[in-house]
Amino acid sequence: MDERKKIIEIIEKIGATPDKLIEILLAVQSLSHEHYVSEEQLKLIAQKLNIPLSKAYGVASFYSMLSTKKKGRYVIQICNSGPCYVSKANGIVKALENRLGIHIGEITNDQMFSMEYTSCFGACHLAPAIKINEEVYGNLNPQKVNQIIDKLIKEVV
Amino acid sequence: MVNFISKYAGKINPLSLKEYKDRGGFQGFEKALFQMSPSEVIDEIKDSNLKGRGGASFPTGLKWQFVAAEGASEKYVICNADEGEPGTFKDQVLLEGSPMQIIEGMMIAAYAVGATKGFIYIRGEYSKEQVIFKNAIEVLRNEGYLGKHILGQDFEFDLEVRSGAGAYVCGEETALIESIEGNPGRSRFKPPYPPQFGLWGKPTLVNNVETLANIPLIISGGAEEYKKYGTASSSGTKLISVSGNVVNRGVFEVEFGTTLREIIYDICGGIKKNKQLKFVQLGGSSGACIPESLLDLKLDFNVLKKHGIGLGSGAILVVDEETCILDFIKMTTKFFNHESCGKCTTCREGNRHICKIIDRIIHGNGAERDLRLMIEIATIMKESSLCGLGQAAPTAILTTLKYFNGEYMEHINGFCRSGVCHPKGEVKING
Repeated sequence: MDERKKIIEIIEKIGATPDKLIEILLAVQSLSHEHYVSEEQLKLIAQKLNIPLSKAYGVASFYSMLSTKKKGRYVIQICNSGPCYVSKANGIVKALENRLGIHIGEITNDQMFSMEYTSCFGACHLAPAIKINEEVYGNLNPQKVNQIIDKLIKEVV
Repeated sequence: MVNFISKYAGKINPLSLKEYKDRGGFQGFEKALFQMSPSEVIDEIKDSNLKGRGGASFPTGLKWQFVAAEGASEKYVICNADEGEPGTFKDQVLLEGSPMQIIEGMMIAAYAVGATKGFIYIRGEYSKEQVIFKNAIEVLRNEGYLGKHILGQDFEFDLEVRSGAGAYVCGEETALIESIEGNPGRSRFKPPYPPQFGLWGKPTLVNNVETLANIPLIISGGAEEYKKYGTASSSGTKLISVSGNVVNRGVFEVEFGTTLREIIYDICGGIKKNKQLKFVQLGGSSGACIPESLLDLKLDFNVLKKHGIGLGSGAILVVDEETCILDFIKMTTKFFNHESCGKCTTCREGNRHICKIIDRIIHGNGAERDLRLMIEIATIMKESSLCGLGQAAPTAILTTLKYFNGEYMEHINGFCRSGVCHPKGEVKING
């Protein structure tokens, strides 16, 4: 139970009080290549913070940066707020959909990529912009999108 | 353009106390601590006529007075760095470039209202800025600017960074407080307001990043000097975030009194590819859509108020003729539908129903009755939603219905002038 130990360490480091729940969930989620918090992990966190599981689940499902479902190794988030919208973000979505063969909300068969919309993350001066995991990519066009995906595939292989 | 509150950002190493102090940093705090009583500090801020820069434009000095008037022994100061309003990225510049200026503002606020503990709530998307703040706090603790007996005086203050996790509603102060407590960020019923019942039920001051960045400069230079910037009703400067179809996008600091036309054509170099401007959305997705004919409006709280427009966060989204009003409103309402916390009925259901009506009109199945229905729903949302999110969500709908009614009517008649929608199977016009 290596993972269990790691989670307990995280909780001890951040502090085992209910107000630290969000920070703990973010830290635990960052352990996973699949970018989600599992039911087992939620149970353990709830137990350690002495809060009901429903509360931990309620928080994990409320915030969009937290997920209780598996995502791809690379989570592609496409901004669909005003500034990216008027800068033709839908062209970027089409380019990604064509390239990866999945739609928004789906995950590729090899679990490498998942795609989702996100609200504005403050890269409006670079619109249209996307975020892949922590990295922001801006001033995009369909060619650039393809280059980015090429680069990421090479990184893994 | 001016360089007043943004004078440190990009010019100094954000983590160097020496560089910050060499350029006047901490003069405001030292003046407050050594030469002024807490009530004198509050009077100075009230005299400066500073209004909140987060979106609601509430008089800052008055808010401070409310918190100071509470008798509780435990009070909190919170910096709202949950900059989530679409098109707003101005706080980012201060958070990255000048963390000590914001912390100094919080320290002066804490001294004035009688708080010893502060939190800075930074949105989860700004992970880099969270690290910068954690480091800045560490530097200031080591140098005796945070902790007990600050600068040898009987004043203590310390602060913690808290992370958001992707929820627009957490920019609303009571939702933000819920989030710091470790709960889903759902707005509270008000009253009581945070100055009476805030974080863990204690009196709490919540101020935006840019508001706090003004504080050290007001105190060190004095309110009179500060009021030389701006107009009679709106003192100081404003950071604006310009995005959309303009040549130069970015964050600029302007004095109040600057017109939208000056911002778009002089500062930002006009519309990309010399296209026609269609409208400007002022204040983010929750802001008004202003037609070309009103571009000579000044950034001034009173002038804008006369037109029923708010300055909001100072986001300016410039939109050219290629955008269809209805498709834009559909995107905006979907955003609010997604971000609504679901607690109050008018916001949760109102956004959902407006989405349905817009879809109906876009698909060529709308009728004039739908426009009246939308106005009715929007008005109810505005008047009876629990927090600012639901109250401001239909602003873009109401303003486009006012200024671009013709385009709604065209869609009802099966035509989209921008060629974005395909009502009743019409051919795309602009390709």
